[in-house]
Amino acid sequence: MLTIRRPNQPPAAPRPNRRGFLAGAGAIVVAFRLEAGPARAAGLEPAGIAPQPNAFVRIGADDTVTVVIKHLDMGQGNTTGLATILADELGADWSRVRTAFAPADAKLYANLLMGPIQGTGGSTAVANSWVQLRKAGAAAREMLVAAAAFQWKVPVAEITVAEGVVRHAPSNRQARFGELAASAATLPVPAEPRLKDPSEWRLIGQKVPRLDSVAKTDGSAVYALDIRRPGQVTAVIARPPRFGGTVKGFDGAQARKVPGVLDVVQVPSGVAVIARDTWSAMQGRKALTVEWDESAAETRSSEAILAEYRERAKAPGLTASTRGDPGAALKGAAKVIEAEFTFPYLAHAAMEPLNATIERAEDGGYDVHAGFQFQTVEQATMAAVLGVTPDRVRLHTHWAGGSFGRRATPTADYAAETAAVFKATGEKAPVHLVWTREDDMTGGYYRPSVLHRVRAGIDAKGAVVGWDHVMVGKSIMIGSPFEAMIVKNGIDATTVEGASDTPYALPAYRFGVHNGREGVPVLWWRSVGHSHTAHVMEVMIDDLAHAAGADPVAYRLALLTNAPRLAGVLRRAADEAGWGGAQAKGSGLGVAVHESFGSYVAMVAQVSVGQGHVKVERIVAAVDVGVAVNPDVIRAQVEGAVGFALSSVLRNRITLKDGQVQEANFDAYEPTRMSEMPRVEVHIVPSTAAPTGIGEPGVPVLAPAIANAVFAASGQRLRSLPLDLSGLKGA
Amino acid sequence: MPQITINGVLHAIDADPDTPLLWVLRDHAALTGTKYGCGIGQCGACTVHLDGQPVRACQTRLGDVGTAPVATIEGVTGRVADAVQAAWRTLDVVQCGYCQSGQIMSAIGLLSRNARPSDADIDGAMDGNICRCGTYQRIRAAIHEAASRLA
Repeated sequence: MLTIRRPNQPPAAPRPNRRGFLAGAGAIVVAFRLEAGPARAAGLEPAGIAPQPNAFVRIGADDTVTVVIKHLDMGQGNTTGLATILADELGADWSRVRTAFAPADAKLYANLLMGPIQGTGGSTAVANSWVQLRKAGAAAREMLVAAAAFQWKVPVAEITVAEGVVRHAPSNRQARFGELAASAATLPVPAEPRLKDPSEWRLIGQKVPRLDSVAKTDGSAVYALDIRRPGQVTAVIARPPRFGGTVKGFDGAQARKVPGVLDVVQVPSGVAVIARDTWSAMQGRKALTVEWDESAAETRSSEAILAEYRERAKAPGLTASTRGDPGAALKGAAKVIEAEFTFPYLAHAAMEPLNATIERAEDGGYDVHAGFQFQTVEQATMAAVLGVTPDRVRLHTHWAGGSFGRRATPTADYAAETAAVFKATGEKAPVHLVWTREDDMTGGYYRPSVLHRVRAGIDAKGAVVGWDHVMVGKSIMIGSPFEAMIVKNGIDATTVEGASDTPYALPAYRFGVHNGREGVPVLWWRSVGHSHTAHVMEVMIDDLAHAAGADPVAYRLALLTNAPRLAGVLRRAADEAGWGGAQAKGSGLGVAVHESFGSYVAMVAQVSVGQGHVKVERIVAAVDVGVAVNPDVIRAQVEGAVGFALSSVLRNRITLKDGQVQEANFDAYEPTRMSEMPRVEVHIVPSTAAPTGIGEPGVPVLAPAIANAVFAASGQRLRSLPLDLSGLKGA
Repeated sequence: MPQITINGVLHAIDADPDTPLLWVLRDHAALTGTKYGCGIGQCGACTVHLDGQPVRACQTRLGDVGTAPVATIEGVTGRVADAVQAAWRTLDVVQCGYCQSGQIMSAIGLLSRNARPSDADIDGAMDGNICRCGTYQRIRAAIHEAASRLA
């Protein structure tokens, strides 16, 4: 999602990292008790814990090393990844490493690739933390060493640190971290600690057990939906059936008669039913009568919105990028392919529906529990609703049951609602706001529906001569607080990314964009603009390769001579998949390669095709993410990207009929199931570049690899998503 | 007031007999390891054992539980459960983890009646459990791993 600076273009990384680190670490130099503020607010601080070296690590007298995680872990494994980075520099014993989610504090915990905002997205967690956490771990290590050197009266240079033990071999002395932590914390924090050489890494690059595996397999992991505060009540909200609707009036009398229902209140987004438990609140909502004002609501169907897009795509639109004269080039082309691609709205459909719990603390402040993904925005928005300064709203971030982008909205939608319900109920009992599955799926903030129209031409030898590309889709950023930062000359970088900046050496190229105007809230969905642009680019390139009579891998490589890392993953995936080998009748291989968020991924899909049916048999992926901090987590993210995105290739779509969303639950919007899951092999290309993310980059290449494999197997070109298999004749 | 046995403990539940077992567990018995995902029996996140058989707690009325023992992820025990949880940890199956209580309860149910499930058997037993993170490949591997540990 939001990426202001790309991980592969880190112009400012070292300076802000250092400043950020020192700001966090400075507290200990002056008085480490200052550090206790955020720690205590987040409930991080066990009793009797030793003074702490900096904002990212806490070393207990019991030798536990707690790494403070400034990001949301919604399944992507960043707690394990971030802890690995710090623990390796520190020389910690992995079995004693724990994690705790950080409080909201943009001074200490901003995402260094998002500017002054604490938030998670754009596959930036590891990338923005890499130097910051290495320095934090190294500083803590040097403080432990200095403390030992002082106690033992030996030179610092003779001391080694490994597996949570500080050792002086010449005098055969050693001490555990917990024994040194208190005295270490009284020492100055080194400003420029020595970072380990990669040859000294013991955890980075190895398989380490995930830190959340045990809690997530015995029921003890706490998600926000599991928060139970004394005396809490549960709220569900009746929201307008069409986007843009508002409450005209309501009758809560019948709802109040439902056993367990305590209150019915109006809030800006609808009418909230408050009950003693979730089921009672749901029953109460069914008994509620609301009259809606739909005078400003979106009442069109998704087909009508697409039809408008199709008309607008006939005009060139705003120019996002251009070189040469594609119009002239196409006039002189030996062959021109003209194609339209359409993409539906998509729901994120994370397994844990949106929810949050708020209560008033004894000091008059507010404590809020959720899977917070955009802490700075959520804190400020709730504070505004409650009429207090942001520091009075303390955020407690919990494990999130998926997100795929949905938990971070520029409007902080569900967090604002939670505060509004609490305020409307007089701020008495703690309020647990629950979105049902139906609320979650019909509640908007979808991946935008988009339409692309492309004309591309080749010369007599098959070389690309021109490419004229127009897309229509609603911008995520226009109208949001980030518009000024992200949108330039009417063009939202997150709408056009992956196409307007194509790495292919296309001699004449234009990418034009029209911003959609429909009243449907849209949002980043795992891989954002790349979720559609990569598909268009990779299917079109495949079309051109076939039109040129060329091998699709060789054709791409010839256009990627200035993109060695892309070429590298493409070659590796092709080699591992047995590209070029004979395929059985009805079976085919398709390939796609794409860079997103500074990471490079190629996939080869093997499919078998029958009448109206496609079975994805196998996916071979190659990835280059720079240094592979946790190779097994990287593999898991790519495997998961396949499972996540496959249903959007095969069937998922959110449709509007007269403005009303037609898909409300998993029966109508069915995620991938076990029996559909292909075998996935993930190959990691070795690299010494700074690490980049892998939460999203596996997603963009899946759809085009499958579509290209369907073409190879059947000769039928399916372009729009989800693939329309109804006309597929089989081999 | 209906009484039911959850994880070997008798609970008196102050709720309407029509209340789904899912919300009894989560809101009345404070056993939040069993998850709400869809409420219509489509996702399997709420899978628990009723009399040793996997059931969807969102489709099981409190009033229909009777004397049948309920086991949840917090209380499930035995050789098969231990092997399944150990395999899940060895292979680091989880991502967000939200569906995994239900996946594990379904897998325990499968391995309790079929010690050496084929891939087709796994598809049949596990297709009702959605994992939006897409961890299916590791779930399948973990079920095979647990089966070999139990052999």
